[in-house]
Amino acid sequence: MFDAVATIIVFAAILVLYRVIKGPTIYDRVLAANAIGTKTVVLIALIGFIYERPHFLDIALVYALINFIATIAILKYQEMGRLD
Amino acid sequence: MVVTTIISYLFLAVGCFLIVVASIGIIRFPDVYSRIHPAGKSDTLGQAMIFIGLMIYEGLSFVSIKLLIIVIFIFITNPTATHALVNAAHAAGLKPWEKGDDRN
Repeated sequence: MFDAVATIIVFAAILVLYRVIKGPTIYDRVLAANAIGTKTVVLIALIGFIYERPHFLDIALVYALINFIATIAILKYQEMGRLD
Repeated sequence: MVVTTIISYLFLAVGCFLIVVASIGIIRFPDVYSRIHPAGKSDTLGQAMIFIGLMIYEGLSFVSIKLLIIVIFIFITNPTATHALVNAAHAAGLKPWEKGDDRN
């Protein structure tokens, strides 16, 4: 069952990748990349359950944090032109 | 098969459905303001459903507390990220889509 869920999430991430490649503005690309990052967090937790390694949940938590920080940093740089 | 396993599989199925629907919405909606709608709400609830399914499958332990922490964190950060995104898009002067414009 976990294998099937992981496969469906990879399929959804490939669907969203279309918007990353085609998206007319930079905001579409950032939005789609953020959505792919959220799916990746779920995927890492599912892989931890499939291989019965609970340590993968720490990696999922750190990945969620990096995903949020990256989105905010890109948007702030786009809006203000600097990061300090 | 135990009852909790069946309930957890139900949650996982609902989460898969919501995530696929959010992906189709991100592809199909016409402009960035409407694409934020599936990405901000449906995606967040979909991942929360999958994590809740994993929590029910695992039972009460340290692992399920970690899963709960991830759920709370994404419930706070994902709408915040989309809110910052719509702020930036509005400040850049992006016009909303109107009927008759081409969908891209």
